Amino acid sequence: MLNGLEAIFFYLFAFVAVASAFMVIAARNPVHSVLYLILTFFNAAALFLLTGAEFLAMILLVVYVGAVAVLFLFVVMMLDVDFAELKSGALHYAPIGALVGIILAAELVVVVGGYALSPELATDIAMPIPPIAERQNTAALGDVLYTNYVFFFQIAGMVLLVAMIGAIVLTLRHKEGVKRQSIAVQVARGRGEIEVKKVETGKGI
Amino acid sequence: MTAELQASLTLATPEIALALGAMALLMLGVFSGERANSSVTGLAVALLVAVGAWMLFFGGQGAAFGGAFVSDPFTHYMKIITLIGSVVTLVMSVGFARAEKFDRFEFPILILLATLGMLLMISANDMLTLYMGLELQSLSLYVVAAINRDNVKATEAGLKYFVLGALSSGMLLYGITLVYGYTGSTNFETIASALTAEGRSLGLLFGLVFVLAGLAFKISAVPFHMWTPDVYEGAPTPVTAFFAAAPKMAAMALVVRVSVEAFGPAVADWQQIIVFISIASMGLGAFAAIGQTNIKRLMAYSSIAHMGFALVGLAANSEAGVRGVAIYMLIYLVMTLGTFAFILAMRRRDGNVEQISDLSGLSSTNPVMATILTILMFSLAGIPPLAGFWAKWYVFLAAMEANLYALAVIGVLASVVGAYYYLRIIKIMWFDEPAGAFQPMAGELRLVLGLSGAFVLFYVLIGGPIGEMAQAAASAYF
Repeated sequence: MLNGLEAIFFYLFAFVAVASAFMVIAARNPVHSVLYLILTFFNAAALFLLTGAEFLAMILLVVYVGAVAVLFLFVVMMLDVDFAELKSGALHYAPIGALVGIILAAELVVVVGGYALSPELATDIAMPIPPIAERQNTAALGDVLYTNYVFFFQIAGMVLLVAMIGAIVLTLRHKEGVKRQSIAVQVARGRGEIEVKKVETGKGI
Repeated sequence: MTAELQASLTLATPEIALALGAMALLMLGVFSGERANSSVTGLAVALLVAVGAWMLFFGGQGAAFGGAFVSDPFTHYMKIITLIGSVVTLVMSVGFARAEKFDRFEFPILILLATLGMLLMISANDMLTLYMGLELQSLSLYVVAAINRDNVKATEAGLKYFVLGALSSGMLLYGITLVYGYTGSTNFETIASALTAEGRSLGLLFGLVFVLAGLAFKISAVPFHMWTPDVYEGAPTPVTAFFAAAPKMAAMALVVRVSVEAFGPAVADWQQIIVFISIASMGLGAFAAIGQTNIKRLMAYSSIAHMGFALVGLAANSEAGVRGVAIYMLIYLVMTLGTFAFILAMRRRDGNVEQISDLSGLSSTNPVMATILTILMFSLAGIPPLAGFWAKWYVFLAAMEANLYALAVIGVLASVVGAYYYLRIIKIMWFDEPAGAFQPMAGELRLVLGLSGAFVLFYVLIGGPIGEMAQAAASAYF
């Protein structure tokens, strides 16, 4: 059970997380939705920190906020999607949404009920986890990742290298006649080489 | 550095050299632009030859990286023939790539990385190594299939291969999770001992089926062969030659290791799967090839049938059987590379041709080419005393010794049906009206075709040492 300061922070983060998650679907402006989503991620990361899972918290921030949410933001801003129209039919999906919600709630009840009913689970939870002050998750992961699993780690690196080469080989095209900025030429240009033209309003050159 | 890590690194020297070499060549290619294309290809060939020589003379034995990586006579044998496949493909690709305008320095580098993946697959002694090696190889192959990106057929082949390959990887992973769940380990030896101790459960059986299905896709065995004809036809010809040669060696080595070593105690279970896949591949390969008009598609069905014949040896689950598989793969490799050297040389003034009808009357326009192809076709059909006959002889003999009489009889019947379409090519070359000469063959293609023809023709004389090597390779298991 949570006590004192820990409990205050837990309820603070949990409340903000739920509220901002609600705002993700309630906000009218899609950019605001994405920003609320980022806020939700931050609060979830803070909840992970409270439980001592600092590695998960960092991964959540780096992967979801750093990459996924920013990608969402780009998509929302770049693509011309009419969100008002998308949202107008949202109530039609309410029954399906409710069904999914009920199933999720039932699963939660089963999981929590399992904790309460099964005596073996209590011993499973009591697996020896050293206190975070002695042993951090990140250090523990790094210890096995770079020793026992260094071989797999390196092969994974090679796989990613192949993916990168493949993406470049299949998509990169060098176009002829593209005008690029050449800073050296710009800087080296003297005053006399510039021709100043007076442009009249509404005429153009 | 701990002593254990040092020993592991020593054992994996060829793979490390290949990885570092590929990255160094990538840098060379990136920084010197198109001028370096031919030097990158040359250096890649040199690197592969050096790695093969290392394997031949200094190849150590033992397990490394906590049992994830294994090195024994079987891995040496399979790795050397895989490297032969990669080297010959690279050599053959030079002229074609220049003519078809896809000579990019990334091509040899992707071949190198794919070869690295194959070496890891052959050395895999753990489901994780198996999967990661397989992905490294497959990802490179998807890209190589579509490397001629302005050609609609090549991109279609690449996409088709990618989608179906991803599906098979999914099946493989699903099988691996089941096996892990029911045995508590991903290491092959631990899986085998768990199977001996606890017997096989239903869940484990499901895992076994999925793992074998995923691997059967990679050797293009029926019923997971659908991608093969389309990809072989669509991909550029040197790439097709590569697909038909090197990856098959690695995937077959993997099938052998997973079946015999990891699932050794459950032999009765995997044996029926292998027997079924083998019969289906031989049958479909023999019958479906009859109606083909494109020689690359014909070779695709031919390779499906040959994988079926090789699996006959595995089904025997004996030392003689694994020896038969090892010999079969080497002979298949040589015949395939020779045939593809010929296909690459099927060149008229307006480009490469791929139709079987283009071969008509070749005996009068180019009798040497026609003679060597005739020898290769007789060998693929399994006519004695050529190499292809001995390949089939060893696997069928092993099947007979293991009392798999029905399998051996079906195999012989399938090879009789298969002989029809190989003989049809010979008939078209020697007895049909000439359709116009091909352009003179490039030097490297002439070399590959000549060597392959000589190997097939004189296999009786050199078969002894090869048999001994294969015997040593098979003794790693039994």
